[in-house]
Amino acid sequence: MAQQLSVFIDNRPGRLNAVTAILRDAGIDIRAMTIADHRDYGVAKLLVSDPQQAQRVLMEQGFAAALQPVLAVAIEDRPGGLHVLLEVLARHQINVVDAYGFVSEPGCWAIWCMAVADQPAAARLVTAAGLRVLSAAELYHGDPGAPAAAQ
Amino acid sequence: MKVPAWNPAVEFMAREALERVQLAGLRQTVAWALRTPFYRRRLAEAGVRHPEDISALRDLRHIPYTTKDDLRAAYPDGLLAVDREQVVRLHTSSGTTGMPTVIYHSRQDLDGWTELVARCIVATGAGSRDVFQNMTNYGLFTGGLGLHYGAERVGMLVIPASSGNTSRQVQLMKNFQTTVLHATPSYLLHLHAALASEGVDREQLALRKAFIGAEPHSEETRRKIEQLFGIDAYNSYGLSEMNGPGVAFECQYKTGLHLWEDAYVLEVIDPRSLQPCAEGETGEIVLTTLQRQATPLLRYRTRDLSHLVSGHCPCGRSHRRLARLTGRSDDMLIINGVNVFPSQIEDVLMKTPEVGTNYLIQIDKRGSLDRLAVKTEIYAKLFTGDPRTLDDLRERIAEQLRAAILVKPAVELHEPGSLPVSEGKARRVIDLRPAF
Repeated sequence: MAQQLSVFIDNRPGRLNAVTAILRDAGIDIRAMTIADHRDYGVAKLLVSDPQQAQRVLMEQGFAAALQPVLAVAIEDRPGGLHVLLEVLARHQINVVDAYGFVSEPGCWAIWCMAVADQPAAARLVTAAGLRVLSAAELYHGDPGAPAAAQ
Repeated sequence: MKVPAWNPAVEFMAREALERVQLAGLRQTVAWALRTPFYRRRLAEAGVRHPEDISALRDLRHIPYTTKDDLRAAYPDGLLAVDREQVVRLHTSSGTTGMPTVIYHSRQDLDGWTELVARCIVATGAGSRDVFQNMTNYGLFTGGLGLHYGAERVGMLVIPASSGNTSRQVQLMKNFQTTVLHATPSYLLHLHAALASEGVDREQLALRKAFIGAEPHSEETRRKIEQLFGIDAYNSYGLSEMNGPGVAFECQYKTGLHLWEDAYVLEVIDPRSLQPCAEGETGEIVLTTLQRQATPLLRYRTRDLSHLVSGHCPCGRSHRRLARLTGRSDDMLIINGVNVFPSQIEDVLMKTPEVGTNYLIQIDKRGSLDRLAVKTEIYAKLFTGDPRTLDDLRERIAEQLRAAILVKPAVELHEPGSLPVSEGKARRVIDLRPAF
């Protein structure tokens, strides 16, 4: 299963910049990123080209960084594209704990990343509904091809 | 100006007579102390085996100091000088590194303590016609019960409001036309700011006096309280090891705090050399109990810094005056009147594996009240990536600290390596409160 990288960052100027500098120096590409504010600190979640390597270089520089499984689904970039997926989840009573999305190819397809309680089960249901769960390689390096639902 | 006094015979006693009372009290105290395992050994080392070995007050200098560490080591009953069935109350503090201290009181001790507090109250000009709202914490903290019983003895109408719940405090003040308050200075400033939001006008209140203590404060703070409320405010000094409040108090003239010398021997020492300070020089207050049967203490190092006020008070009392307290000779912090040692905070953090060993304690003011922030670093290897786990951790640490130090701090989590390292003399306490 694909993994995302979580990094603990002090909530003060210059700390996020320290993370991106380390990733740049290691030649790691950031595909998507989201930050949750928790007063004195934030947790940044990143989709990167090489999560293991990114975790290693960040921890070498003293950052607390962890890898977590993430369910990434390709959806169509059109009105209602996300709704197709969420309807499948709702029908099966699957609660989305945490999620973010980004457009991979405008007007064509987007990627939806989420954390749910039972990821393998959710992946099976999504696949059975005709949507496509991205492999780690597809997620890290882009080009997942056309979304399954559009085929 | 009329000088009201609760016990004029003692309060205006001539110095020579007062010193005779002190010598008799010291001998009695040595007799009580010799019943305790702690002092039997300690006094024998100093060559004191009988009360008669004390022939003059100056012989006190041959007796070693007693420290808070001694009280911890003697816990729970190494300093108990009476049979357990004679003890009617105890006050205990949680102390550092989990080692508490305890002071026991016999019925006679409580009676003596109450007498001292009654003197303090009457010396300010308060009396039986007053309505007294006691806004300090009741329970193991001595401030609440100490003033409570003293005020009852004087015959005041006592409202045992205890601390906190500002809204209710204001209602009580209004409904029962409270005339005298007892609180920390910072709480009174907070209370004043809250009057408007409670929709209560100063004119609806009958306030005329306040007793303020439990935290060091400046003359400016006192004047501010007096001006804001339009009242007189009197400084109070006490510590649980010396019963609690009632050790020293300002009289109506507010020229320093009269220390009841028939109940305590006062010394001021240099905390480094441990030698007596010259008169008027600032040093550490050292006190010896003269009337306490159940837990006598000889030459107790209070760690509080002050100096003797020279000259005579216009009130005519012979008991000498301490200047307002200026600080501590140890690292104890006073946060909204609650005593906190940094080591208590460290203990809680060191028992929490999810955080590292570096930490920072920061105290500042939010409005009139003190605010404690404890900054700690997360331990990188236990980071799961889940922010909810971190929020739970932050709350858990805050709750554990509240249980240990009775103050709930704002706990902050920071990146590993962002705080001063634990080796060497890292500065771990940053006090941003205005100095006085």
